[in-house]
Amino acid sequence: MGEFRMPSLGADMDVGTVVEWRVRPGDEVHRGDIVALVDTEKSTIEVEVFEDGIVEELLVEPGAEVPVGTPLARIGAVAEAAAAGTAPAPPAAPAEAEAVREAEAVPEPETVPEPSRAAPPRAPSGGKRRRRAKPLAAPQPAPAGRSDGRVRASPLARRRAADAGIDLSTLRGSGPGGAVLAADLAAPTDADVQSAPTAEEHRPEPAVSGAAPGAEAEPGAEGSTAGAKDRQAAMRHAIAALMARSKREIPHYYVATTIDFGAARTWLDDQNARRGVGERLLPAVVLLKATALAAREAPHVNGFWDDGFQEPPAVHLGVAVSLRGGGLVAPAIHDADRMDLDGLMGALRDLVERARSGRLRSSEMSDPTITVSNLGDQGAEEVLGVIYPPQVGLVGFGRIVERPWAVDGMIGVRPVVRATFAGDHRASDGHDGARLLTTIDRLLQAPEAL
Amino acid sequence: MNTDDARSLLEELLGRIAPEVDLAGADPTASMQESFDLDSMDFLNLVTELHEETGIEVPERDYPKLRTIEGFVDYVSSASRSPA
Repeated sequence: MGEFRMPSLGADMDVGTVVEWRVRPGDEVHRGDIVALVDTEKSTIEVEVFEDGIVEELLVEPGAEVPVGTPLARIGAVAEAAAAGTAPAPPAAPAEAEAVREAEAVPEPETVPEPSRAAPPRAPSGGKRRRRAKPLAAPQPAPAGRSDGRVRASPLARRRAADAGIDLSTLRGSGPGGAVLAADLAAPTDADVQSAPTAEEHRPEPAVSGAAPGAEAEPGAEGSTAGAKDRQAAMRHAIAALMARSKREIPHYYVATTIDFGAARTWLDDQNARRGVGERLLPAVVLLKATALAAREAPHVNGFWDDGFQEPPAVHLGVAVSLRGGGLVAPAIHDADRMDLDGLMGALRDLVERARSGRLRSSEMSDPTITVSNLGDQGAEEVLGVIYPPQVGLVGFGRIVERPWAVDGMIGVRPVVRATFAGDHRASDGHDGARLLTTIDRLLQAPEAL
Repeated sequence: MNTDDARSLLEELLGRIAPEVDLAGADPTASMQESFDLDSMDFLNLVTELHEETGIEVPERDYPKLRTIEGFVDYVSSASRSPA
């Protein structure tokens, strides 16, 4: 518990402007609650808090543009409030069980990509938020040290710490489970941080690597009052920076295949004929589900690159959504591989609507583990994508078209879709990418099982 | 519902999905998806909103009939006169 910092809502974000606070000092917050609206170059994001606690102080005025990592608010432990009699005694079991699950699911050393360092944990899946139903839990301290004496840290953080002669155990990690990330090394290493990991902690300056040097909080609310034209320019700028970084840093390779969409088309037609307008499924949903399942099976295509391949414990499917007037965002559908098609359709509809109305959540911006670019029925037949760093893969689907197609020595007309995979050659090889596409193909031949 | 009503309804529904759309200046025989840059989700939302407003349930096989402004207006005005 302690400082709630300006999260990095994607690798392309260096600064953010607090547009509005949704909480006041004294408010009790729970993991996943929306506490503030933050304006980025791309859109306005609803920022979620990632721990339970009591808001003690808001440190940044609305309108201020601050670098990623800047403390925005101080959040105190619920237990303190409980001791004062303002909250019920916390049944700790659920949170502990969850912490254990998370610890088991993530291989040691636990790592997350730098851009996600200040991001909250993923939201509950299924689009339905359960935060109110979740019992109050004891605050989970985030000690970098573990009982076995091994400090959780990303490989990059380890190397930098070794280079600088810093003892990792003196740091307070901001990653999941308290893992020390490279960015944490820039923070002071004073013992206070460790001995009092509560609301009293106060770090003087957020020196986050990647934040513009010398960038200071500016009261001018230019960003939030900018017109649509400025927003367009800012969006273009953000995309330009991220895509340039991707092509500069990531050695892309591409594989492609044409998939017979006949079985899926027939199944969808049959389903949709029996469904009301509001319950119908789009082909995109079938493609997304097949991709999410395949990403779980294929090695090294779902995850991040942070000085080494980092395997996430889940499939959070980024979906490229084009915005009216230009530009695009690629927020995540959490745990897409575990949703049924109806759930996924609802999540997609909701995500597209919120992406276009500027109401995405912070976890959706920071969590994607692999992205899908689906051109839909107005698009070209093939898209060879550019990977979103720090992700290591992007799946592209073109428009579904009718083409002559040979099956069992006979030629017929079938709906087909061109599927491509852009892979990060540092993390995987063409063989892995090909395997992903082959798996997607196989899954699409049995749509009823998706 | 006459054709004028159907047209104003279309204008209203499109306004919710793509606020910048100018129906008056558009070619009534061109594909709306192309003219207004609507994707398949937008089109599904249009059909869903149509159902919510009028009760007209468009089966998927009829989607092609609603692709143009003219087609949409004709379909909706005749469907509302003789409910299928």
